[in-house]
Amino acid sequence: MSGTRLWAIARKELLQIRRDPRSLYLAFILPVVLLLLFGYAISFDIRNIELAVLDQSRTQQSRQLVEAFEGSGYFTVVAHLDGAAEVERVLSRGRAQLVLTIPPSYARDLASGRPAEVQLLLDGSDANTATIAQNYADAIVMRHSADVVLEGRRVQLPASLEARVWYNETLESRNMIVPGLVAVVMSIIAAMLTALTIAREWERGTMEQLAATPVHRLEVVLGKLVPYVAIGLFDVAVACAAGVAIFSVPLRGSLLLLAVFTLLFVIGALGLGIFISAALRSQMLATQVAMMATFLPALLLSGFIFPIATMPLVLRAISYVVPARYYVSVTKGIFLKGVGLEVLWPSGVAMIVFAVVGLSLAITAFRKEIA
Amino acid sequence: MTVVKRVAEAVRVQDLTRTFGDFTAVDRVSFTVATGEIFGFLGPNGAGKTTTIKMLNGLLRPTAGDASVAGFDVSRQAAEVKRRIGYMSQLFSLYGDLSVEENIQLFGGLYGVAGTRLAERQEWVLRMAGLADARKRPTAELALGWKQRLALGCAVLHEPPILFLDEPTSGVDPVSRRSFWDLIYELAEGGTTVFVTTHYMEEAEYCNRLALMNRGRLIALGRPSELREELHQPLLELRTDDPARAVEALTGVPGVVTAAMFGRLVHVMVEDAERASEQLPRALAAAGRSCESLTVVEPSLEDVFVALVLREGGAVEG
Repeated sequence: MSGTRLWAIARKELLQIRRDPRSLYLAFILPVVLLLLFGYAISFDIRNIELAVLDQSRTQQSRQLVEAFEGSGYFTVVAHLDGAAEVERVLSRGRAQLVLTIPPSYARDLASGRPAEVQLLLDGSDANTATIAQNYADAIVMRHSADVVLEGRRVQLPASLEARVWYNETLESRNMIVPGLVAVVMSIIAAMLTALTIAREWERGTMEQLAATPVHRLEVVLGKLVPYVAIGLFDVAVACAAGVAIFSVPLRGSLLLLAVFTLLFVIGALGLGIFISAALRSQMLATQVAMMATFLPALLLSGFIFPIATMPLVLRAISYVVPARYYVSVTKGIFLKGVGLEVLWPSGVAMIVFAVVGLSLAITAFRKEIA
Repeated sequence: MTVVKRVAEAVRVQDLTRTFGDFTAVDRVSFTVATGEIFGFLGPNGAGKTTTIKMLNGLLRPTAGDASVAGFDVSRQAAEVKRRIGYMSQLFSLYGDLSVEENIQLFGGLYGVAGTRLAERQEWVLRMAGLADARKRPTAELALGWKQRLALGCAVLHEPPILFLDEPTSGVDPVSRRSFWDLIYELAEGGTTVFVTTHYMEEAEYCNRLALMNRGRLIALGRPSELREELHQPLLELRTDDPARAVEALTGVPGVVTAAMFGRLVHVMVEDAERASEQLPRALAAAGRSCESLTVVEPSLEDVFVALVLREGGAVEG
């Protein structure tokens, strides 16, 4: 190992990155684009569901029910329908996601103590939203019924649920997404960045000249890592700052711990990219393979969006070899729960293993024989 | 400065062999190169020149046989070998997106040349290559001749005792080629052993000693004058209306050893000059070709190589 040679490679790589628009784009533009895109696009918070009302009762009582829907904050009344014929039209055209039908007998039934039935028609093509909307509607009708029966009197119920949410008190899905997003974006960027680096040397023939010098493959791999590790740490810092500043995500844990974990993760992911690049020797192929090897697992099997605990056994087993899984749990843990090593150490061990494996793969695949 | 192990032989190769699957690229080749020599390695494309040079540089592992460079074994002590050689590959392989200066500094770092020595060597390379005014320019923008000289400069930054050049002048115009060879002479005068492959015959004349390869085998080895003497048979130069058809017509005629195009002329090697000067015009007339003149000439190196390659079964196709 020679520091001079390692530094010579690192400096060369840095100069090349600075002059290569594709590398610059991957290093500095794409992470921000992905973060903003995902950060704004993915939201599981359902508010302002579009509701159409067909009020055939037209009484004070029926209007009170509609007000209960509007007052909940979850629904916005977008249309008052005049007849049953219009119901299908608003649903099929997507003007409203659900239609509340109050029958002519509503007020009469209430007055006589008979169960008054109201109908809810839901657009089930978006099953997720439909389910949530139905639950909200159920709760609103239930509460409204209680108000009608009790007419403002208070009663003590025998059992009551006092629910408090920890870590993400307002249940903002953004708080859950952004920390995980940092991890997902980094696993893609890191592998893509280095996927180019060795293949480019092969394609341009510079590998031959490099291989004829006394430089050791360890020096080449580490020398190439240096600038990319710096870029990786910078990207994560920017992503975290954006998460806090733009998306108002709380950052409760230790920044230092996050930096250490990030370093481990970035080394592993960059090593993986170098391995792919050295094994395939084609920039095009290496980029595609790096994308496939990191993007889908990081998106689907990391626990970023889809909880790992509810996955089928096979997928759960596979998720253990997806490095992003550990990094996602680290970023979520540090951002939202503010936990430290006492909780995150298993992920830490997994990420050390990942870093060592990534680096070893990179060095092994980097053979200098030039045919 | 690395300690130079003083060995009389800069390169020693014994039964060196390299196969790629079923194909034998280099077949039991043996030779030595003396320290300070300009050693020319010749042969048609696909003869195994580049494969040999790559084995000597530690870029390819020999399948069998031994080779040592500067006294170090190329397969077991590749790192020691690489410290003591400079290598310039067939294709331009510096970094096109780095400037002239940045390339020099990179290879300086890789060869462990640093500090004031690097500064000195950098200025030397820039002067030698005539690139002092282009030091900040991206290497990709340079004309091929300049690129080659810069590549040479980067290969000798660390003042290696042995320099390997793989077709350093291919694709370069004759004037640049000439000035490139001036640089090679300069280095050789300074004591550097130069191992150079080429397929330009006039370049072969510049070498102290030559090795000719064909189909992976070494078919001739010696000083240019010695190789010329290997050709015992007389050579006739024929001026005719259609050299290509004349070669066809003469091939296989009794008494004709080889017939080959030589520019717009035909060179015919024969068993006996007197008999041939009667026989050949008749054979040409029978084929409908003219015989404007037919004279005995001294064989050039090109004649020697054409004759030797043909004698050894011809060059590989493609």
